Amino acid sequence: MSDKKKDELLHDHNNDGVNRRGFLKCMAWAGTGAFCVMQGGVLKSYSLSQLSELNTAEATGDLSFVQISDSHMGFNKPANPDVAGTLKAAVDKINGLTTSPEFMLHTGDISHLSKPEEFDTVDQILKSAKPKDVFYVPGEHDVLNDDGKQFLERYGKGSKGAGWYSFDKKGTHFIGLVNVMNLKAGGLGTLGPEQLEWIEDDVEHLKSSTPIVVFAHIPLWSVYPEWGWGTDDSAQALAYLKKFGSVTVLNGHIHQTMQKVEGHVTFHTACSTAFPQPQPGKADSPGPMKVPADQLRSVLGITDVNYVQGQHALAVVDSSLA
Amino acid sequence: MRRSVFIASLAAALVLGMGAFGTGRKGVTRAQQKASTMEVKVDNFSFGPVTLTVPVGTTVMWTNRDDIPHTIVSTDDPKAFKSKVLDTDEKFSFTFSKPGTYPYFCSIHPKMIGKVIVQ
Repeated sequence: MSDKKKDELLHDHNNDGVNRRGFLKCMAWAGTGAFCVMQGGVLKSYSLSQLSELNTAEATGDLSFVQISDSHMGFNKPANPDVAGTLKAAVDKINGLTTSPEFMLHTGDISHLSKPEEFDTVDQILKSAKPKDVFYVPGEHDVLNDDGKQFLERYGKGSKGAGWYSFDKKGTHFIGLVNVMNLKAGGLGTLGPEQLEWIEDDVEHLKSSTPIVVFAHIPLWSVYPEWGWGTDDSAQALAYLKKFGSVTVLNGHIHQTMQKVEGHVTFHTACSTAFPQPQPGKADSPGPMKVPADQLRSVLGITDVNYVQGQHALAVVDSSLA
Repeated sequence: MRRSVFIASLAAALVLGMGAFGTGRKGVTRAQQKASTMEVKVDNFSFGPVTLTVPVGTTVMWTNRDDIPHTIVSTDDPKAFKSKVLDTDEKFSFTFSKPGTYPYFCSIHPKMIGKVIVQ
């Protein structure tokens, strides 16, 4: 008999062996906290206030890492006049996790205006995080003015093209993608033929039992095309990952958490550490959303990911800064 | 005698003056008129107006009133114009000296599109 916590929802996706298309939205913003945990194909969601009641076994695995996103260092408008402070709070949160994550992923918009001092400030703040390794992919705010040259110099060692690369950690294969370059008028995010070809080659020789984690800035699924929240050629990239039993896609860009499960692929977007944005269609435009000052930290956050060897899916847990 | 001469010269001066005045008015050409500036407001992830029609020689000035940075980039190849990143309250100007249709977009948020028609 499993522990039944208040507000717990159980959705068993893979028990019958059939690929069932599931759709789940986990929205965490405006003070209503929710997070999703997926372990071994079973998805659970809890309200944030229950986070402290979670037993550590549920959030512990063989591999753990944290995703942060959209720090927008340099932004200083009313939605959040102190983005450095909220990034520091995110680092404190990371440092306070029971299982210290082994590394961090930053899914882009590190800076707000691609200024050197903005990147420097983020580097400085992240130095105080316990996980010393950070893997970055650029957001559109990181490649302004110089076609991403500065981003590549700072964070792109060993990467190909505009900064895509892959690496392995304890049997899990991580793929960092760039979908913010050469954006066309009226279009969405784009990967481009060169990067797509590289993805195909990169995963060709991997066993289908290898868990895959893909991370990129703009969502790799159509969250809300009207606001540019999607990638026009992501279907091709996902086609190359069809053979794998567990694929987790981690994105940023939309400054709120959203999750979608489609067969063996779980898509997840992270909160920003800087400012929230409105839900799709709930405002005129996807700009910074002002909330009362005492609510700000509850709509910003980090994502903690745990992998248990032998399980199919990664446990993804969002937590707010409040 | 002096009076009539005086009046005659006054009249002559007036006629000449009026004549000169008249000629001066007719003589100003289009090129000598001050070139006008038209404004496009950038706010809420959109350009206002989306389509702007202007006469040749107009300078269009884009002002970013949004709380997020934007760019103004021509979609023609080669690009007719390309601004640097505009933060809130920053401006970009371009003078359209040739007639034509000039579509453009924000390269950071590509869903933002606009057009300048120069006639």
